[in-house]
Amino acid sequence: MNTIVDAQGSGSSGGSGSHSLPRQAERGVGREEATSYLTAGHGVKSWLFTTDHKRIAILYALTITVFFFIGGAAATLIRMELFTPAGDLVSAEGYNKLFTLHGVIMVWFFLVPAIPATLGNFLLPLMLGARDLAFPRLNLMSWWLIVIAGAFVLYVLVMGGVDTGWTFYAPYSTTYSNGYVVAAAAGIFVSGFSTIATGLNFIVTTHTMRAPGMHWFRVPLFVWSIYATALIMLLATPVLAMALLLIMIERLLGVGIFDPALGGDPVLFEHLFWFYSHPAVYIMILPGMGVVTEIVTCFARRRIFGYQFMVYALLSIAVVGFFVWGHHMFVAGQSMYAGLVFSFLSYVIAVPSAIKVFNWTATLYRGSIVLDAPMLYALGFIGLFTMGGLTGLFVASLPIDVHVHDTYFVVAHFHYVMVGGMVSAFFGGLHFWWPKITGRLYPEAWARFAALLMFFGFNMTFFPQFILGWMGMPRRYHEYPSEFQVYHVLSSAGAVVLGAAYLLPLGYFLWSLRYGQPASDNPWDAKGLEWRTASPPPKHNFPSTPRVDEEAYDYHPPRRPPGGHLDHPSDGRPAS
Amino acid sequence: MSDPQALAEQFDDLGQQRHAAELGMWIFLATEALFFGGLLLGYAVYRHLYPEAWFAAARETEILIGTANTAILLTSSLTMWLAVRAGEEGRRDAVTLALGLTATLGAFFLGLKAYEYYLDWDNSLVPGLRFAFEKADPEHAEIFYYLYFFLTGVHAVHLTVAITAVLVVLFLVRTGRLAYQQSATLTVLGLYWHLVDVVWIFLYPLIYLPGRSQ
Repeated sequence: MNTIVDAQGSGSSGGSGSHSLPRQAERGVGREEATSYLTAGHGVKSWLFTTDHKRIAILYALTITVFFFIGGAAATLIRMELFTPAGDLVSAEGYNKLFTLHGVIMVWFFLVPAIPATLGNFLLPLMLGARDLAFPRLNLMSWWLIVIAGAFVLYVLVMGGVDTGWTFYAPYSTTYSNGYVVAAAAGIFVSGFSTIATGLNFIVTTHTMRAPGMHWFRVPLFVWSIYATALIMLLATPVLAMALLLIMIERLLGVGIFDPALGGDPVLFEHLFWFYSHPAVYIMILPGMGVVTEIVTCFARRRIFGYQFMVYALLSIAVVGFFVWGHHMFVAGQSMYAGLVFSFLSYVIAVPSAIKVFNWTATLYRGSIVLDAPMLYALGFIGLFTMGGLTGLFVASLPIDVHVHDTYFVVAHFHYVMVGGMVSAFFGGLHFWWPKITGRLYPEAWARFAALLMFFGFNMTFFPQFILGWMGMPRRYHEYPSEFQVYHVLSSAGAVVLGAAYLLPLGYFLWSLRYGQPASDNPWDAKGLEWRTASPPPKHNFPSTPRVDEEAYDYHPPRRPPGGHLDHPSDGRPAS
Repeated sequence: MSDPQALAEQFDDLGQQRHAAELGMWIFLATEALFFGGLLLGYAVYRHLYPEAWFAAARETEILIGTANTAILLTSSLTMWLAVRAGEEGRRDAVTLALGLTATLGAFFLGLKAYEYYLDWDNSLVPGLRFAFEKADPEHAEIFYYLYFFLTGVHAVHLTVAITAVLVVLFLVRTGRLAYQQSATLTVLGLYWHLVDVVWIFLYPLIYLPGRSQ
């Protein structure tokens, strides 16, 4: 079935009808020779000031790769310190600075922009059949903002760091800390505007720029996941921005809005902070869910099981995610009734997450599964996210949380979701769309090896931390009683494997840019509009505006999975 | 006949572009509501914890200036609406006049606000820098004044941005560089201006009116 009918003259729907104008001709649908976006302009300026969403995605990818390795270096030092029970490598204060730096960089400068600003930026217009995002200059501005924000953080790093933890709890951050709190908070403040601009652009684009025929329930689930993420970005980030601004001014002027010694209320800061930061956890996982949906359907040659449920699950995670922040504050002096409500709501949000896991699994059923690298990453995501999610129920439960709060159990839990989940999905997505983005194929055997290595390295690093936490090892200590050492050694050894699994793709991706086989337009034989244009795509994405006349993930006729067996034999009618 | 400059290349037609611009501004306003929402939550918490300090502190605010500013800003919303309306009808002179009035009223507001800050400084009501409060519970009154400066300061920043935007659009309309009748520029500008106005409508009773009945 040919989905793209040549809708000649997408301009004909335009009210202007002024085809002779230079601007219209430049769009020159159909006649424009497909020079790829990579060769459409030359020189540094053509990159730094581009408004092409695909180039901005590349800029973002390079930026967050730099931050990923800075944050990773901090993690490496942390794991080295914890190799022995004594605090022999860094001082207690140095250790505080390391985990703060690791958290701040990984959260705001890697995980939050990771999938939305790179793969999302690149793919959203392609998947919708649009020429660009709705506001291309705003998109460029959001990249510049994160670079400026990153400069603040690098300044903090060079000047000697900040030791408050990524949570900036008052009154430590406002009064007692000796680190560069104001500069770090200012960096995060600026990065928030970058996030808001990105989210706004995605929502408007999804609403207004879908190709003809792409009604809401034909939109790929990756786009839905980015849409749900953008909702959270827009509604949560402003609150964090204000909370950090209050922290900065309180620290500069010594006015006590959070410091109890000055009449303020430190728990108010925690409320404001987690009102952002818990939804932000979903900023860091929903896009991964979208990527995994695209990969699982393609490599199982299967329609997604329960498309509409997947959409509603994404949206309800985004909405309910705003009402669970109090589970971070069970032991912070919050009222016990509030604790009960937040605990209950935290259980509620597990339901849509579980729906997604079940639906991915059901999609695999009777699929024709190919275990290429993206699929290995996606399956790794499903397993690790399930473990992260289930241990989330432990910490959502009031009595258990009182026991494991601020222990390595929590550390392991959120790393299973964010690193095991989101980073696996990010790497899966990078492999899946690498041929589209660069026009080159990566070496498959190496990639499968790296995917498996990442899975084992990850589990080796973080599974021991569940045991550590359950045994009572608190987080954020640079020395510990020696009975914990065997688990810390296991964890540190796992981190070495994990580090190798992250470096490996960097190597073969770079190699493939030069020596990789040229990719065809659709090397995976995948569905979705992004595969219907050249690899790499031309500057305005499609030679002519595509028209959509099939459902998403149309990998096989309805109820007829690959292999010819009927899904529901009772429904079976002879094929016409 | 539409102006060629009105349509950006990523859009198919002007209707789509208008829709995108207006939706974009509405979503931006939602984020603005949450910016102020977080601060107002802080206000509500301390107002609830320290009512006495709150009333004593709010009684010291310059209610005359605050009230005059409310009137000025509400009027500016009227002139902004007139500009949008004139834009729809393609009356260039009326647009420039109404935008000029809007910017002037906004500038008046800022001028009065600056004078009010000056009086606050004179009365030693600036937290952290010069604060000496004689009435009940000065420590918590300082939190009130901190929130007062923070809220009105963030609002003033917004108003400054809004005035600048109005002046830029005024210049573009006057020099014929903006297809104001086809594009959503005036509508979007108006939405932002009204938001700045609406925020003030919330701030006015919260800052100037508590404790006045006693």
